[in-house]
Amino acid sequence: MRPFDYVEMRVPAKSQYVGVARLTISGLASRIGFSFDDIEDLKIASSEAVTNAVQHAYTEGEEGEVVIGCALYSDKIEIMVADHGQSFDFEETKAKVGPYHDQEEGAFLREGGLGLYLIETLMDEVKVHHQEGVTVFMTKYVGGEQVEEDVETISS
Amino acid sequence: MAFLNACELKKNGVSKKMNIQVNLEEIDNNLTGFIRGEIDAHTAPVLREKLEAYQNQDGLKAVLDLSDVDYMDSTGLGVFVAFYKSVNAKGGHVKLKGLSSRLKRLFDITGLGEIMDIESAGKGGN
Repeated sequence: MRPFDYVEMRVPAKSQYVGVARLTISGLASRIGFSFDDIEDLKIASSEAVTNAVQHAYTEGEEGEVVIGCALYSDKIEIMVADHGQSFDFEETKAKVGPYHDQEEGAFLREGGLGLYLIETLMDEVKVHHQEGVTVFMTKYVGGEQVEEDVETISS
Repeated sequence: MAFLNACELKKNGVSKKMNIQVNLEEIDNNLTGFIRGEIDAHTAPVLREKLEAYQNQDGLKAVLDLSDVDYMDSTGLGVFVAFYKSVNAKGGHVKLKGLSSRLKRLFDITGLGEIMDIESAGKGGN
């Protein structure tokens, strides 16, 4: 059994679904026990990533889809946002994403502007992967990278 | 109301209800604004469009109340920065007031809190 629960959303690459993704992630995060402030941070970071993906999918032309994958652990949440519409193998994609580099991701940063800066600031780890589109992979720990000892497992 | 929504559904396939409300009133170059709801990629264009109608007036004095904004991200910041730049270029002034600590933090971590005239909730009112 894998050590996390996995929830995936596929939404049309349209701005009205950014809020839907944000609220869903907020609900998932509250199940793990994130604080109010951490959930607000997650809402902003995930909105930024989904907004980028929606805009990127638009520039590609055809009406695309954005895939948002969330892995829920007892002490952290991992969120992947991909703009290429293909459903991904979470662990395979996770293994492929590299650390985020300012210079290499210059184009993405320009597109995202302030957005990627906020993602980096509000999340504990951020990685970006370019292949068949852009995948953003981000992690936030409950209580800021500290593992609580008494957290219950989220899977029943 | 229900009928209207049904029409929207029929026309667009999806209801176009926006979770934002922007009320702007201008008297003698003094613009007072009240913004309510969520400012994200979906709603920011509504706000941008309304503010753009005033941003090229000379010496505009704008005070925007954000006390009922319960969510905002970089798209909202972008709208306020663009408005601030345009108004400043025309010799005017923009003040944002009533910001929750969450909103204030967003301006602070992006460095915009240093540049713009921002008053968070609880601070004001002498």
